[in-house]
Amino acid sequence: MTRFLKFMQSAPWSARFGMFVIAVYVFVAFFVPVLAPFGETELVGRSYQGWDSTYWLGTDSLGRDMFTRILYGARNTIGIAFITTCLAFLFGGLLGFMSATLGGWVDQLLGRFVDVIMAIPSLIFALLLLTIFGTSVPVLIIIIAVLDSTRVYRLARAVGMNITVMEYVEAAKLRGEGLWWIIRREILPNAMPPMVAEFGLRFCFVFLFISGLSFLGLGIKPPIADWGSMVKENAALISYGDITPLLPAGAIALLTVAVNFVVDWFLHKTSGLRDEH
Amino acid sequence: MSTKNNSREKGELVLRMRGLRMEGQADGEWHEIVKGIDLDLHRGEVVGLIGESGAGKSTIGLASMGFARPGCKITAGSIEFDGTDLMQQSEDYKRNLRGGRISYVAQSAAASFNPAHKLIDQFGEAAVQHGVLTKSEADRDAKDLYRRLELPNPDTIGYRYPHQVSGGQLQRAMVAMAMACKPDLIIFDEPTTALDVTTQIEVLAAVKDIVTTFNTAAIYITHDLAVVAQVADKIMVLRHGNMIELGETRSMIAKPKEDYTRELLAVRTYKKEEFAEANDDVPILKVSNITASYGKGVNVLDNVSMEIHRGHTVAVVGESGSGKSTLARVITGLLPPSQGSIEFEGEILPPALKSRNKDQLRRLQMIYQMPDTALNPRQRVRDVIGRPLSFYLGMQGQEKENRIRELLTLIELDPDHFIDRFPGELSGGQKQRICIARALAAEPELIICDEVTSALDQLVAEEILKLLQRLQNELHVSYMFITHDIATVKAISDEMVVMLQGEIVEQGEKDVVLTPPQHEYTELLLSSVPEMDPDWLDDLLAKRAAGEVVSTIASKPNA
Repeated sequence: MTRFLKFMQSAPWSARFGMFVIAVYVFVAFFVPVLAPFGETELVGRSYQGWDSTYWLGTDSLGRDMFTRILYGARNTIGIAFITTCLAFLFGGLLGFMSATLGGWVDQLLGRFVDVIMAIPSLIFALLLLTIFGTSVPVLIIIIAVLDSTRVYRLARAVGMNITVMEYVEAAKLRGEGLWWIIRREILPNAMPPMVAEFGLRFCFVFLFISGLSFLGLGIKPPIADWGSMVKENAALISYGDITPLLPAGAIALLTVAVNFVVDWFLHKTSGLRDEH
Repeated sequence: MSTKNNSREKGELVLRMRGLRMEGQADGEWHEIVKGIDLDLHRGEVVGLIGESGAGKSTIGLASMGFARPGCKITAGSIEFDGTDLMQQSEDYKRNLRGGRISYVAQSAAASFNPAHKLIDQFGEAAVQHGVLTKSEADRDAKDLYRRLELPNPDTIGYRYPHQVSGGQLQRAMVAMAMACKPDLIIFDEPTTALDVTTQIEVLAAVKDIVTTFNTAAIYITHDLAVVAQVADKIMVLRHGNMIELGETRSMIAKPKEDYTRELLAVRTYKKEEFAEANDDVPILKVSNITASYGKGVNVLDNVSMEIHRGHTVAVVGESGSGKSTLARVITGLLPPSQGSIEFEGEILPPALKSRNKDQLRRLQMIYQMPDTALNPRQRVRDVIGRPLSFYLGMQGQEKENRIRELLTLIELDPDHFIDRFPGELSGGQKQRICIARALAAEPELIICDEVTSALDQLVAEEILKLLQRLQNELHVSYMFITHDIATVKAISDEMVVMLQGEIVEQGEKDVVLTPPQHEYTELLLSSVPEMDPDWLDDLLAKRAAGEVVSTIASKPNA
C-alpha cells in the first residue's frame, strides 16, 4: 500500500488532474440516482427553458432537465463504452496472443481475417451492421467490440511476438505446458503495460465512436440519456447563441483528455523512458 | 588540432585522471559507482581495466572522454587530456575531441555499425566531419588499415555492408575505424567478449599491432585477465568502483599483491577430480545419424551421432554456427530432424515435442545461456520452481512448499530470503541457480546446459560449475554441456564432442581428445584459448606464421 502511495506521488500534475477527473466521472456514474435532482426521462417543464435555480442548465426539446440528463449520460455512455472496450480486449487480446504463440496457419488465417475487416472504414461498417441487426444496446456493444478488437488484435500480436521468443516461453513449451497456460501465465503478465495503456486510448475511441453513432441517430436510443444524442437533439439551440448543447460535448472532451493524461504517464512510466540527467 | 601531429613519441602524458568520482541513478536515487580513481596514461601505453560487471570499468572508460552515460554523472575529480581539464570544457570542445583525438571501440561491432551504410563510408565519417581528411583520403587510409589488420580483400571489403562480413572481421573493421583520425587515445570496451576464441585471436593481434605501430595510448576494458595480459602494459584491477591493485602486467601476473587479484588469477584452474566410468549398457541418450535443417535450407546438422551415459558430462564444443545449439533443439524436440533417431534409455523418443508424453519431457530438462531471459520476470521464485513440481509430480500445498525450500537449499540459496523474490531482485549468478533448481525440480535424468556460464562473470561462473558438479555427484544426473569455452570443458566434462559446420569432427574421452594428435580444428580451438602469460599471443602468432601450428581451417565447400 505504501508502495502504491509512493507510485501515486511520483505522478506529474497532468496525470493527477486526469485521475481526479476520472474519479469524479466514476463517482457520478455510480451515484447518479442520489445526485440527480429529477428522473432521467421525467418531463419537468416546458421545452428549452433557460438556466435558473430549479433547472440549473435549463430543459431540453421535450422539457426534461438538462443537468439530470448529463449526469445520467455519464452512467450510460461511460458504462457502455467500458463494457465494449473490455469485450474488445477480451476478443482481440486472446486471439492476438494465440496468433503470436501458435504462429503458422492460425496466425495467417486470423491475420488475414483482421486485414479484411480493417480494410473497410469502421464507421461505414458499423452503420451497415447496425442497420442489419437493429440498434439495441447489446447489438451496439457487440458490433463495436468486434470492430475494435481488430486493432487490439494487432497490438496484442505484436507485443506477444516479442514475448514468445523469450527463453522462458520456450522453457514452458519444453515443459509441455498447454496454450492457455502459456498465454495466461507467461505472456499476459509481461504484456500488461502496453495493453493497459492501449486500453485507456481505446476506451476514448470507443467512447467517441458511440457518441458519434448516437449523434447520427444509430447509437443509444432515446429516451436513454446519452451525451452524443443530447448534442444532436438540442443542436437547434446553438443557432440562438445558447451553449447548453455543447455541455455534453464538453463532458466528452474533458474525459478524453483526462484519460489520455493518465495513459501518457503510465506509458512513460512502464516503457522505462527516463529523463536525461 | 594544432598539436596533433607534433610528436607521437612514447612516454608523453596523454591522460591524467585524479580522484574521479561518479554517481549512477537507480530507482530514483543516486549511488556512487566510481569512488575516487587516479589514472595516468602515456603515449604508446596500454592500461587494462579489469573487474566483474558492476566494477565501473566501462563508466571509467567513457569518463576518459569526459562523457557520462544518461543516468550517470561525474561528481568530483579532474580528467586532463593532453593538459586540458575536460571537466572545465564546453560540450562542443569535448565533442570535437571525440572521434578525432579520442576514439572508442564498443563490445558489439554488430550493434555499433549502422547496417544501412557500407563499412568504408562509416570509416571516414568522423574524420571527414572533423575536417581531418577528405573522403578520398579517408578511403585510401581505410584500405591501408584494412590491409594492415589482415582483413581479406582489403581493397573491396570496405564496400560491403556490416551484415556481409563475419563478426571478427566486423570487429577489426571497427578497430580500423577507430584509427581513422590517428587518435591519441583509444578506448577498447570488451572488444572480444562477444567473439569465438578463434576470432578473438585475430582481433587481439589487430589491437596490439595498431597500438604499437602508431604509438597510441589505449585503455583496454575486459573481464578476462588472460586477454588483457596479452595487450596491456599496466593493469588496474577494479571492484565496486574502487581500485584494488595497479601494476605492471608481468609483475602483477607473477606476484599479485591483493587477494582479489589472486582470485581472478586462479579462475579457470578448477578441474573435475574424479571421472565417472561408463558402466551401464544402455546410454541415457543415444543420438543416431541426425540430419536437420531450418526450413528447406542447408543442413545445419549433418549425420551427427553421439551417446551420453548415466552420471556423465559430455561437452559439445565448437564456435558459433557449428550447430551445437541446433543439436540441443533437435534433442529437446523443438526442431524435428529430417533423418535419424533419438533414443532415451533405449526407448525411441518421438521427434516432435508435441508427441512426447509428460514423463519423457520430465526426464530431459534444459538450462539456458541467458538467465535474464530464461526466467519470467513476472513470476516469483516460488512459482518458477513450484510449477514443474505440480506439473510433473502433482505436488500441492505444504509438500510442494517443502520441496521448493529443499531445492533452494540444494542450490545454496537461503529459502527464507529468496522464495518470494522476483527475478529482477536477483543477481546473474543467483538467477542461473534458480534456473538450475527449476531443471532439478523435474527430477530429470539428463540436463542440457546451453552455454550456462558464458553470460556470467568468471568468479560466478566457476561457482556455478562447482555447483553443477556437486549436484551430479549427489544426484547422478547426466549433463550435455554446450560451450565454446575450452576452460569450461576442462573443468567439468568426462567426454567431449568437437563440432565444426554441423559435423562432429572428433569425439571421445576428454583426456584423449585434449592430447595430441588431434583433428586440426581441435588443435586450432585449443591453441586459441588465451593463457595467463603475457608472451602467449606473440609466441602463438610467431608459431602460426612459421606454420608450426594450424592457423585457419578451410571451410566446407557448400556451407
